[in-house]
Amino acid sequence: MSEAKKPVLEVRNLSVTLPKGADREFAVDKVNFTVNPGEIVCLVGESGSGKSVIAFTVMGLLAKALKPSSGEILLQGENILAASEDRLRELRCTRMSMIFQEPMTALNPVMPCGEQIDEVLSTHTKLDAAQRKAKIIAILDRVKLPEPERIYASYPHQLSGGQRQRIMIAMALVLDPVLLIADEPTTALDVTTQAEILKLIAELQEGQGTGVLFITHDFGVVAEIAHRVAVLRWGELAEMGPTEQILSRPTHSYTKMLISSVPSIRPVHRGVRLAADTVLRTEKLGKTYSAKSFFQKSRVVKAAVDVDLDIRKGETLGIVGESGSGKSTVARCIARLIDPTEGKVFLGETEIATISAGRLRPHRRKVQIVFQDPYRSLNPRITVGDSIIEGPMNFGLSKEDALARARKLMETVRLDPNSLDRYPHQFSGGQRQRICIARALAMEPELLIADEAVSALDVSVQKQVLELLDEIRQRLNLAVLFITHDLRVAAQICDYVAVMSQGRVVEYGAAEQVFGQPKHDYTKALFAAAPGRNWEFGKFAAA
Amino acid sequence: MLDFIARRLIAIVPVLTVVAVLIFMMLRLTPGDPAAVIAGDNATSDQIAAIREKLGLELPIWQQFGIWIGDILRGNFGESYFFKKTVAELIAQRVEPTLALATCTLIFAISVAVPIGVLAAYRQGSLFDRGVMAFSVMGFSVPGFVIGYCLIYIFAIELGWLPVQGYVRIGVNFWQFLERMVLPSLTLSVGFIALIARITRASVLEVLNEDYIRTARAKGLSNRVVLMRHALRNAAVPILTVIGIGIALLIGGAVVTESVFGLPGLGRLTVEAVLSRDFPTIQTVILLFSVVYVMVNLLIDISYTLFDPRIRY
Amino acid sequence: MSAITPEDVVDSASIAAASTKRKSLWLLALRNPSVIVGGAILLVMLVIAILAPFLGTVDPTRIDPAARNKKPGTEITYRLDNGQTAKREAIFGTDSLGRDVYSRVIYGTRVSLAVGISVSLAAIAIGTVIGLLSGYIRWLDGIVMRIMDGLMAIPGILLAIALVSIWRAGLITVIFAIVVPDVPRVVRLVRSIVLTVREEPYVEGAVSVGTPTWVLMFRHILPNTIAPLIVQGTFIAAAAILAEAALSFLGIGIPPEIPSWGNIMAEGRTLFRVFPHNIFYPGIFLAFTVLAINIMGDGLRDTLDPKMSKKV
Repeated sequence: MSEAKKPVLEVRNLSVTLPKGADREFAVDKVNFTVNPGEIVCLVGESGSGKSVIAFTVMGLLAKALKPSSGEILLQGENILAASEDRLRELRCTRMSMIFQEPMTALNPVMPCGEQIDEVLSTHTKLDAAQRKAKIIAILDRVKLPEPERIYASYPHQLSGGQRQRIMIAMALVLDPVLLIADEPTTALDVTTQAEILKLIAELQEGQGTGVLFITHDFGVVAEIAHRVAVLRWGELAEMGPTEQILSRPTHSYTKMLISSVPSIRPVHRGVRLAADTVLRTEKLGKTYSAKSFFQKSRVVKAAVDVDLDIRKGETLGIVGESGSGKSTVARCIARLIDPTEGKVFLGETEIATISAGRLRPHRRKVQIVFQDPYRSLNPRITVGDSIIEGPMNFGLSKEDALARARKLMETVRLDPNSLDRYPHQFSGGQRQRICIARALAMEPELLIADEAVSALDVSVQKQVLELLDEIRQRLNLAVLFITHDLRVAAQICDYVAVMSQGRVVEYGAAEQVFGQPKHDYTKALFAAAPGRNWEFGKFAAA
Repeated sequence: MLDFIARRLIAIVPVLTVVAVLIFMMLRLTPGDPAAVIAGDNATSDQIAAIREKLGLELPIWQQFGIWIGDILRGNFGESYFFKKTVAELIAQRVEPTLALATCTLIFAISVAVPIGVLAAYRQGSLFDRGVMAFSVMGFSVPGFVIGYCLIYIFAIELGWLPVQGYVRIGVNFWQFLERMVLPSLTLSVGFIALIARITRASVLEVLNEDYIRTARAKGLSNRVVLMRHALRNAAVPILTVIGIGIALLIGGAVVTESVFGLPGLGRLTVEAVLSRDFPTIQTVILLFSVVYVMVNLLIDISYTLFDPRIRY
Repeated sequence: MSAITPEDVVDSASIAAASTKRKSLWLLALRNPSVIVGGAILLVMLVIAILAPFLGTVDPTRIDPAARNKKPGTEITYRLDNGQTAKREAIFGTDSLGRDVYSRVIYGTRVSLAVGISVSLAAIAIGTVIGLLSGYIRWLDGIVMRIMDGLMAIPGILLAIALVSIWRAGLITVIFAIVVPDVPRVVRLVRSIVLTVREEPYVEGAVSVGTPTWVLMFRHILPNTIAPLIVQGTFIAAAAILAEAALSFLGIGIPPEIPSWGNIMAEGRTLFRVFPHNIFYPGIFLAFTVLAINIMGDGLRDTLDPKMSKKV
């Protein structure tokens, strides 16, 4: 076939300004790229890179505060940046469509799904009701939704996340647009669901020759589906090219740094398990929620069942699982933030699962936890110093001693000790997470629990925090319980791994072994679904 | 669905019980002898003793409560010593004007408030929007009776278009009835419209910021369709909730409005009963209003299911 | 970083309150035009209330049968204690008992502001304590919320009327009667804040470092209630002033010996057609004061709590 086909999308010298008072002038600064028919182009970058802004600018859905100040966006040759609102409306869903990140909130909760797709047809075509229905059933079939009739009449809250995302895809592709813009469509989904959706998108676009502009921050996804990649940083295009080239031979220093930060899915060799002391052990730990109401049958949810774990000094045990697997529940039971309903937890020799709050108190300091959301983990109204010294002072330390300890810890986590009198909002996400680690360490714990502690961080920041955690573990001979859904992160930092599914531990063993030769079907499925698992991300020295 | 209604009905029982207990306790909390208070200032000690026995004030308090509730449920609301009638008769006589006032006000207020609230949200920042916001602040700041008197002054006294006060039963003369309902409904509506318009606007604005509105725009729908088809249905639930709560304001406002316009309704009955310390009447009227309020909110709760399919367990 | 990033602006739902500078929030509130205008009017009212005796007023309870029902602007001759006569102008006229309406309206300012402030403070104090306890202690919550629901089921004015009927009329009775119906709303507000904030990771963090419950409440939970309570407080004050006026107007509020805008208007009802000044002057003062409070409340709410400003 002659390849002189015109590109579907051409972005030329696009700049979008930010409102006054923002930390820089441009959200997007003179960006150029194209998307050809039948190709998937990934826009990859960390937060603040402007990748979503570009997507919204193409669709004409920017918030009023952001203004495209220069450049052109050509959709099949037509400059849509200069198009009228009416013309844009005509083009939406007919020539260009968009799917969003959160399928739950992106669908109207009070309208049946079928009707939401029907709207696209009734707005843009002159088909009658029967024809529209037929077309909708057809597209529901193409997106692999079983029982299309039932789905047609369902409401979004009656479907799963993956199903909702398929509805969104159906809405976007029902009129066969030439361009599909996907804004992090799989970020909010489980690994296995993500794999299915990625596969679906790839299949559909190949079948129709649709050009896809795929926004993501996950290099695994890039490796899995992209034909070409554009790397963005602070609104500027750092580098662009075919996937294979960018991933294996990046030229820009930022790209090199970024790719080097992506953890490998093959675990690092960590040596034989030392005969270390067990810091914490659980025996048939379980948490059952029963919602009993006078009129309803009691709904029993077993969040965790028969969990046996063993964490040793100087070791990192990872709990890996998808959402709803019970991993966070187990972590909170161990930290006694919630009370287990079955089983025992032994901290050293003491059983802590069932003892009263009063008797628990002296043991609290031994188990500390770092949470997922750095923006909500620190009280915004008190200084970070006060947050750190709160714990030690609860256990009798004087203010001066506590502050001295806090200063030392700030150095440990590589932050300026003089910034103790600042407020959380004056720090970035990664820095806040370090402060949370410092706060946990201030208690001189024996076990540190990291509950998805790096999930909300950019990949480059994530790398630094993971290295920090590992270093701290080694220096202080700490036991670490690391909860995550990200297989790569687990591979990088865990010595031992427990894989959980639906409240139970399905596989448990050394990281190398579980990752290399998984035994349980679920574990195998999990690894099979990991995006970019066949790609080995190299380490590149900075230019 | 029936299940849901049944559960809601059962859920209001504790609330009504608390209301009944509170109201019941009120009489017992008066300093002095409740029987003497009920009998009035000119009663003889024989009359007081008779009342005491009739009300069973010698019995333990929970028994008294039981008797009172039993009576209420059988429709026996006691006797008003001041008005020399049974309370039931009093209420029957006075219910029409209040019902008429409430109905006219509700219909008028909701039909004005919701559309202007929606329009204000749709044209956020415009002169219309700012006008609505300004009107709404003024509407709930100026007290009902002041508005009432202003309206009377302008329309009844200066312009002479409408009568100043009074009430004519709907059965007697429809046109005159209507004439006398205009100013009172208008007065009572002002506060209600101010509240509902404001909440409608806020609710629609909040909905317009939701993700699914962005999706609707991404589908190429026009702004008008986005508003009418997607935004409104989602905004309905909070708007209905406020209408329900606003009924309480309506009831309070009715008491004052009836006084200003001389409507012989339940609101004025309450005031007269309080001035003469006629406890059986006070208790019954307040209980009645509370039950009505709870029931209206129950209906509104149930109506949510029409708008939001997630509330249909 | 405290600046706006493009992701934040595009995803309009996630502008975190925490990303704005905390300290200057209060200063920003003071610079808001609504707060300034409303606050200024209130300040004027406060000054009027305090300086009432010095603003050209006479004894507001002084009955003068010879000067009954005079129109505003009439000159009145009256007898002093030492037997001499003097003239003064009745700016707002006189009522049916010959009392000077201007003086009564000026002194009425004291009553209204006193009622507004005390009801607001009392409702907030009581409501906050109950709300905090109810939000934190689960078994208490069930009972408390049932009672609050019951209280809220009785329309406010009626509850106030009922309470007034139990005791003798007077300022304290009226204040109490207006406080009681307002408490449930405050309880609900505080309780819902407690329930939300409890789930925040920083509160869980404080629990895991062994912070005792009382300290948790005061250091981590209570500060989240301050801004909403201030906003709520202004609206309660406005509603309380209106409620007192309504009660006094109906004759079941403050007795006429203590002039209040409501009872001045009550007096003026019968002869409204001929002498509307008894209703209009106090009415204007009442409307202005309440309007000022509401405007100030709106302004405070818009600046102090960005999430709430999207609602009412």
